Amino acid sequence: MEDNIIKIENVKFKYGKEDNKYAVDGVSLNIKKGQFTAIIGHNGSGKSTLAKLINSILLPTEGKIFVKGMDTSDDSKLWDIRQTAGMVFQNPDNQLVATIVEEDIAFGPENQGVEPSEIRKRVDAALNTVGMYEYRRRPPHLLSGGQKQRIAIAGILALNSDCIILDEPTAMLDPSGRVEVMETLKKLNKIGKTIVLITHYMDEAVQADRVVVMDKGNIRLDGTPKEVFSNLDAIKKFGLDVPQVTELAQVLIKEGVDLPSDIIYVKELVDLLCQ
Amino acid sequence: MSIIAENIKYVYSEGTPFVTVALDNVNMTVEKGDFLGIIGHTGSGKSTLIQLFNGLEMPAEGKIIVDGVSVGEDKKKLKNIRQTVGLVFQYPEYQLFEETVAKDVAFGPLNLNLSQDEINSRVKEALELVGFDYNKIKDLSPFDLSGGQKRRVAIAGVLAMKPDYLILDEPTAGLDPAGRNELFSQIKKLHGKGNFTVVLVSHSMEDIAKLVNKVIVLYKGKIHMKGTPKEIYSQSEELKRIGLGVPQIAEIVLELNKRGFNIKNDIINVEEATAEILKEIRRRKNV
Amino acid sequence: MFKNLTIGQHYPVESPVHSLDPRVKIIMTFAFIISLFLIESFVTYLYVIAFLAVAIISSKVPFKFVLRGLRPIFFIILITFIINILMTPGNVIIFELGFIKITDAGLRQAGFMALRLTLLIMGTSLLTLTTSPILLTDGIENLLNPFKKIGVPAHELAMMMTIALRFIPTLMEETEKIMKAQKSRGADFESGNVINRAKNLIPLLVPLFISAFRRADELAMAMEARCYRGGENRTRMRQLKMEMGDYVAIFIFVIYFAMIIVSKIW
Repeated sequence: MEDNIIKIENVKFKYGKEDNKYAVDGVSLNIKKGQFTAIIGHNGSGKSTLAKLINSILLPTEGKIFVKGMDTSDDSKLWDIRQTAGMVFQNPDNQLVATIVEEDIAFGPENQGVEPSEIRKRVDAALNTVGMYEYRRRPPHLLSGGQKQRIAIAGILALNSDCIILDEPTAMLDPSGRVEVMETLKKLNKIGKTIVLITHYMDEAVQADRVVVMDKGNIRLDGTPKEVFSNLDAIKKFGLDVPQVTELAQVLIKEGVDLPSDIIYVKELVDLLCQ
Repeated sequence: MSIIAENIKYVYSEGTPFVTVALDNVNMTVEKGDFLGIIGHTGSGKSTLIQLFNGLEMPAEGKIIVDGVSVGEDKKKLKNIRQTVGLVFQYPEYQLFEETVAKDVAFGPLNLNLSQDEINSRVKEALELVGFDYNKIKDLSPFDLSGGQKRRVAIAGVLAMKPDYLILDEPTAGLDPAGRNELFSQIKKLHGKGNFTVVLVSHSMEDIAKLVNKVIVLYKGKIHMKGTPKEIYSQSEELKRIGLGVPQIAEIVLELNKRGFNIKNDIINVEEATAEILKEIRRRKNV
Repeated sequence: MFKNLTIGQHYPVESPVHSLDPRVKIIMTFAFIISLFLIESFVTYLYVIAFLAVAIISSKVPFKFVLRGLRPIFFIILITFIINILMTPGNVIIFELGFIKITDAGLRQAGFMALRLTLLIMGTSLLTLTTSPILLTDGIENLLNPFKKIGVPAHELAMMMTIALRFIPTLMEETEKIMKAQKSRGADFESGNVINRAKNLIPLLVPLFISAFRRADELAMAMEARCYRGGENRTRMRQLKMEMGDYVAIFIFVIYFAMIIVSKIW
C-alpha cells in the first residue's frame, strides 16, 4: 500500500487563461497517510486553491495530483477522489444542505447510493464521533458556528473519507468554536484520518504534525511546527504571526537565558524556566 | 458628552417559548475620547448592546442617553443619533451595493441631505482616513476589491457620516494576520485624531488589549468585569473560565506563577514579559 | 428575531394524524378536495364536516390553528359569496333593491361555494399542520417518482424545496442585518411614497442578491465535494414505510369517499 495518500507533483494553476500570475506556482508536496498537516499562508498565498485542486474541484494547469494513487484529472475517478479526500469549507452556513442535522450528514452517503440501513449506521457513528448526537434532530440554523462546522465534518466522516481537507474552517468562528473544531480534528487524527488543515491561526498550526508555509503560490517552509516556527523572521516576512511563546523565548535567548530556540508550546517554556 | 446606558434590560422573542434575556441590568458609560473594548463570546449580548447605542434596537427596560438625548424618545431624532453614533457591523463588506466606491461611501452623507460639495469632500476624507488613495479608488467597483479593501470601504462609508462615536463589531473577523494588523493600526490612528471615541467589540482580549484604554467584559448578558486592560488581564484565569480568548503571554505568566514564579500578573506584551521574567530569574540566581 | 420563525405552519405534536405516511396524507387530501366537488346537498356537507372534525380532533391541532389558514383567503371567500348571490338567477326572489336581486337559488349557491372553499382550505391546512416540510418534500418526491419517465423532475423539485427551506431562515437573518447596517448609514425603509420606498430598497436588495448568489455558488461547490451528482442512483436514509395506522386511515377514508358517491347516485 502506498504510503503517501496525497502526491502533488510540480503543480501550477491559474484561474483565467489570460492571467499571467499563477495562483499555485510549481508546488510539490507529499502527504503521508495519517499525518496531520497544517498549511498556512496569508490571504492570496494560494493555500485555498491548493485545497480545491486536491479535491478535484479545480484541475491543475500543469503538473499532476494523485489522491491514493488516483489522478485528479482522470474523470472516471472523480467521485472516488472526492470520497477519499473529503472537504470542509470556511463558511459553516453555506455547506449544510438539509433542514435537519442528521439529514445533512446523510447527504454524502445518499449521493453515493449507500443502503439506507448502512447510512443510518454511518450517520449515528459520525454524530457520536463529533459529539453532536443529541443535536441530531435540530435544524442547523439554530446551532452555533462551531457546532455547524462539526456537523460539516461529520458529513465528511459519513462519506468514509480517509482524508479530510479543511479550508479555513475556523476563520468565521469565535474562540470557543475554534477550540471545538481543533479538538474534533485531533480526535479524528487519532483514529487514523489524514488531516490537511488550511488556516492562518498559528495556535492551530502548532498542534499539527507538520506545518507547510505558502507564499505567492509556492511552498516556502515545510517541517515540524518546531522547525518552522523557529524561523521567526521568515514567518513574519510572509505576513504571518508567530506564537508569542516562541517570540518570548527568542528574546530571552538574546538576553542570555539558556533556552533552545525552537520552543512553541507554553508548557515547554514554563517547564524549562522552572527547572 | 457621552453614551450612558442605564439599567438596560433587553429581551428576545418575548411572548414565545424562545424568550431569552439578552441583556440584564447593564449600566455603563462611554466617555468622549474613550477607546473602549467590549469583550464577550457569541451570545453574551455584546452585539445587542451596541445596537441599542444607535437606536436600532430598543431596550425593554432602562434608557440609553447619547449626548444628553434619550434614544427612542423622539423617533425623528433617531437619524441624528445614528449619525452621532456610527456603527460598523461584523463583515460590513456585505452591505456594499453601489457601482463605484465613491458612490457607496456617499450613501450615508446623501441620506443626511448635505450639499454635493460637502458630500464629495466627506467621501474623499473618509476614504483617505482608511488608507486609500482617493483618486485611484473612487471609480472602481467595490466588488472588484479584495476582502480587506472592501471592509475598509465599508468602514469609510460610516466615517463619512462624521460620527462622534465609532463602534466596530469584530472589525477584523476573517482577516489574515497582516490584514488584521493593518486595520488595527488604522483604527488606532483614527482614535488618535482629535476628540474621537472608538468602541471595539471582540471575543478575544488578544486583539484589542494593545489598543484600548478601558475594557468591559460581558458574560450572559451582564457586565462581568470592568477596568483597564491590565486590570482585566490580571484575571486571565477568570477570562478563560468564561470561555474567552486569552493571549498566550497571559497564559505563560499564569502558568509560571502557578509554579512559584512571582511575576506581575497584568502583563500584556512580550517586552514586559521579558523584563519581568529576567528579573525573576536573576532574583532566583542570587538567592 | 427571525431565527425562531417556524416555516410553513407545521404544528409539531404527536398524534395519529401526524404519524401517518406523508404520501397517504397527500393523496387523501387530494381525494378530499375532489369529494368536495362531488357534493350536491347540504346534508352531505354535514357529513363532510363531521369527517373533518374527527380528523382535526385526532390530529390534536388546536382548532384556531386550523382556522388561521382561512385568514389570508377570507376576502376571496367573501367575494365568491357575494358574486354567487348576485349572479345566480332563481325563481323565488327573497330581496330586491334596484338591480340587486337575491334569489333562493342564489343564496343556496353562495352558501354552497363558501362552504366548499372553507372546507377545502381547512382540509389542506390540516395536511401542512400535521406534516413537517421535510416529510412533505419526501412525500411529493416519492409520489412524483413514477412520472420521472415522462419528464417530471421529481428529485430536482424536492432538492429545490429542501434547499429553499434550509436557507430561508439564513436569508431572513441576513436581510435583517443588512437593513440595520443601512439604517446605521441613515437609510429609511419606512417612509415616503410607493416609488420612493421601492427605490429605498435598492441598498437592501443589491447586497442581498449578491450574497444569495455567493451562497449558491459555495453551496454548489460543497454539494459537489460531497459527491452530489443529481438524483441518479441516489438513495435516501429515511425510507417511507406504510404502517398499520396508514391502512386504517385509508380504510376509513375509502368508506368516507364511498358514502359521498352513494349520496350522489341517490
